[in-house]
Amino acid sequence: MKLLTHNMLTSHVKGVTKGYPLLIKATEVKMNEVEFNPQFVSRMIPKLEWSALVQAADELGQRQDLPGELVPDYEKNEDFLKKVHRLLLEVEVIEGCLQCPESGREFPISRGIPNMLLSEDEA
Amino acid sequence: CSYGKKFQPIENFKEKSPFWCLDGLSEEDVRGIMARSVCAKSAFELWGHGQTHSELRTSLLNYPLEHMSPFMEKHSTYRINVYTFNKTLEFTDRIKKIDALDYLPFEGTVSLKSPQHVFCLLEDYGTDPNDIPDHPYYIYFGRWIGDGQRELIRSHSVKNRHFIGNTSMDAGLSFIMANHAKVKENDVVFDPFVGTGSLLVACSQFGAYVCGSDIDYNTIHGKGRSSRKNQKWRGPDENIRANLRQYGTENMYLDVMVSDASKPVWREAALFDAIITDPPYGIRESTRRTGSHKDTAKPADGFYMESHVPVSQAYHLSDIFTDLLNFSAHRLVMGERLVYWLPVYRPDYSEEMVPLHPCLRLISNSEQTLSSHTSRRLITMEKIKEPEVCAHWGSDPSLSPYQGHNAFREKYFSGVNKRSGKEENKPEVNGE
Repeated sequence: MKLLTHNMLTSHVKGVTKGYPLLIKATEVKMNEVEFNPQFVSRMIPKLEWSALVQAADELGQRQDLPGELVPDYEKNEDFLKKVHRLLLEVEVIEGCLQCPESGREFPISRGIPNMLLSEDEA
Repeated sequence: CSYGKKFQPIENFKEKSPFWCLDGLSEEDVRGIMARSVCAKSAFELWGHGQTHSELRTSLLNYPLEHMSPFMEKHSTYRINVYTFNKTLEFTDRIKKIDALDYLPFEGTVSLKSPQHVFCLLEDYGTDPNDIPDHPYYIYFGRWIGDGQRELIRSHSVKNRHFIGNTSMDAGLSFIMANHAKVKENDVVFDPFVGTGSLLVACSQFGAYVCGSDIDYNTIHGKGRSSRKNQKWRGPDENIRANLRQYGTENMYLDVMVSDASKPVWREAALFDAIITDPPYGIRESTRRTGSHKDTAKPADGFYMESHVPVSQAYHLSDIFTDLLNFSAHRLVMGERLVYWLPVYRPDYSEEMVPLHPCLRLISNSEQTLSSHTSRRLITMEKIKEPEVCAHWGSDPSLSPYQGHNAFREKYFSGVNKRSGKEENKPEVNGE
């Protein structure tokens, strides 16, 4: 699972009102090289919840020097875009789980694929 | 991209003819269209036409010389092709036809191998292979501009794909759907019934980053029984990511998830530039969602596959589309599109059955016949309004005229001799 996807996921456990962002508990993380596309990264940045990205990066120990807030004029800042690119697309959680911050319910991730299915009483 | 240009056919336009003459397009427009179309074979700048070669000649001699001369200069190279639709011509006959064009003021030299300019004499011998006339019904002559992307249908054929399922969408239709959705470079595309990812493969080819989900654990993980005739189980390299890798677009792979489309896991924001999908019809793949058994019909025997779904409930077809339209209204970027297949029982069909949503505008509805009494319709919708915070659209059954199609599976089999009701295990993959 990539952090771009994680940024868009939320807990859908019944009754939960503060299900975002999901906490990441990773037991295996891989780095995977993906071609850098500055236009794509620039396009994605406004769609992101920046604090959730920072939190996820911290949880995985991958934050490095990512700023706590979006820098202005990021479209032309290639260094910054490369940092964001790396986090969004190159860091992959292979094994672990996503945890609902309110209910504690865990959604397993195996072979890089999250299983978001709820059982009948949770739906 | 030349989206938004008006479709302007010349007079006597026949939609079913393999030859279309259009006005009001620049060469750049045409190149843009041909870079994406998997339906169009080739495009030409029309210089002359007629029912006979004599008429063609008159027409060509009337074409302004100043439009011809840039392509006929002394030091340029060219070749003339002869293309005959619905007829095979001997080589010598082709040469004769080219020679008969000697009234054209070509000043350059012929180069068969790498000409700067290519021209084409096109002859239309009709569309009936059992009734081929001696002489063409119509003749065109023009300067070749470019070819369409029909090669993608062959190169991306499901027959050669690493990972397929019983209902993998064929390559041609996948690319058509991507075009309907106006998928472009750097888009984010989502398929909520992703299966083996055929639609994502097509979208990645057009430069989009792709993600998908499916309720079926085995399909998402690439496990379980193979859909190929001589293969029992799927191999280790069979999954959606491997399919993208096969075509060199693994860079565009975002994620796939095991998830129930009726219970979205995405936050409510304009996340996706396109939602493209082929929901289950309840025939070859089951329609399922998580939930209790309490007040639903028992599923047909032998129909569910092992799936890690805690408890399955029949997902009524009409609910699938209500949920899909709602999901799209909330998560599509404004002005962007939802493209999906709607299964239809033809005797009951009317246009009112096509699901609607106040935030989505219906752009197109094209039928593909599946049998005498069933078809599926390719529906394209565009987001025109943000959803207001109000009652969930579609909870009122009177607003869902598609209800009757919930029994689609029974209706599908009703016109067919009732066999044992058991599904074929390994149906042939739909060829192109």
